[in-house]
Amino acid sequence: MARAQHDYDDIPGTFVFDAERSRQGYGINMFCMSLMKDENRKAFKANEAEYLKKFKLTPAQTDAILKRDYNRMLELGGNIYFTAKLGATDGHSFQHLAALMTGSSQQDYAAMMLAGGRSVEGNRSKSGKQRPAKAKAKPKPKSKPKPKPSAKRK
Amino acid sequence: MASIIAGVGSSHVPAIGAALDNGRTGEPYWKRVFSGFEKSKQWMAQTKPDVAIVVYNDHASAFSVEMIPTFALGCAAEFPPADEGWGPRPVPVLKGHPELAAHIAQSVILDEFDLTIVNKMEVDHGLTVPMNLLFGTPKEWPCRIIPLAVNVVVYPPPTGHRCYMLGKAIRKAVESYPEDLKVVIFGTGGLSHQISGPRAGLINSKWDKSFLDNLTKDPKKLTRIPHIEYMREAGAEGIEMVMWLIMRGALDDKVDEVYRFYTVPASNTAVGHIILENRRKAAAKNKRAPAGRSKQAAARKAAHRIASKGRR
Repeated sequence: MARAQHDYDDIPGTFVFDAERSRQGYGINMFCMSLMKDENRKAFKANEAEYLKKFKLTPAQTDAILKRDYNRMLELGGNIYFTAKLGATDGHSFQHLAALMTGSSQQDYAAMMLAGGRSVEGNRSKSGKQRPAKAKAKPKPKSKPKPKPSAKRK
Repeated sequence: MASIIAGVGSSHVPAIGAALDNGRTGEPYWKRVFSGFEKSKQWMAQTKPDVAIVVYNDHASAFSVEMIPTFALGCAAEFPPADEGWGPRPVPVLKGHPELAAHIAQSVILDEFDLTIVNKMEVDHGLTVPMNLLFGTPKEWPCRIIPLAVNVVVYPPPTGHRCYMLGKAIRKAVESYPEDLKVVIFGTGGLSHQISGPRAGLINSKWDKSFLDNLTKDPKKLTRIPHIEYMREAGAEGIEMVMWLIMRGALDDKVDEVYRFYTVPASNTAVGHIILENRRKAAAKNKRAPAGRSKQAAARKAAHRIASKGRR
């Protein structure tokens, strides 16, 4: 079944971890959760493909994990708080992962954060709704003519 | 009678905890962050609450994807810090207040907030970092803690309005508890940040400022913000800010903002912090104050009080 469309799919560069992705990515996230234990981290590092067989993963999910394709993991139902545990198992800082996901070097990413972070301007919407959400949401009811008294209904 | 005297909003960035635990607070980067909480620690030391209700979220520590309660109230006698992959944070075990917590659970459930009662739970940086920021790094925490874990990890989290109304129900519960207890409520998380996907690193200071302004002046306006706006404007993980509305809902409609701090960044996140006092508290503190004292004067006085404390 194709993924249902949501208003938040319009946010660029964002995979919202909704109930559907939570269902789909259960295996990825439980795998990541297992990495909280040192013995599991060692077993995973000793033979990654073999270790992953213990979890219910699709071939695409397994592939994304083995390739450390963090964006793909998110798309297939991984959640960042869980996938960060995989990053930590690899000995990476969180900022390393953030840089990876944004396609920049860690140095550039850190510099961007120090300079105030990624601007929301130009990053609100894929479909071009670039105005702040408030601006379009508010004035609407005001501009509507008052309903006629006879149109009272509930 | 127990009463909620003040609310504290604070980010709970994990890197702040790491900086504390690894002795890096003196570095200029971290000094900028920690300096913003110096006055707050003095305020807290003077306020001396008996209990802190801390609204926070778990980050795949106590709850994995096996069970995702929307609201989980910690009713245990103690809450150990969780091992988040680097060993538990070196902070004292948090002592709960099981009697008040059970009373709150009973009261708010009958008020139709069907929260989950948790009698065994470890707490992660979402709770322990704000504790450090407001209480410092004592050998024992100076007050009891009631954790309220909110799901903001799996979409959809509860709406801002639902959070605000839960705050009101919590206040009602606290005020019907017979023992004289001073309670402070924390809202934690945020402010703007996105840590996932190609848009990671997003910060929206303008939006954050407006959120803080309205938190004090017009919280009802904030309760109408839809989830899509939080995510679009404040980042996918910025949606944590709904938790601040539980804190705000538990306070008076009119409050005094006695302190605010904002800086960018700590790690990947905008750090926001606010202290809001119920006016009854300000009035009780200054018994000579005439009943008709203007609200602005009360706010000025409260702001002055905290500012002067900072001068030592």
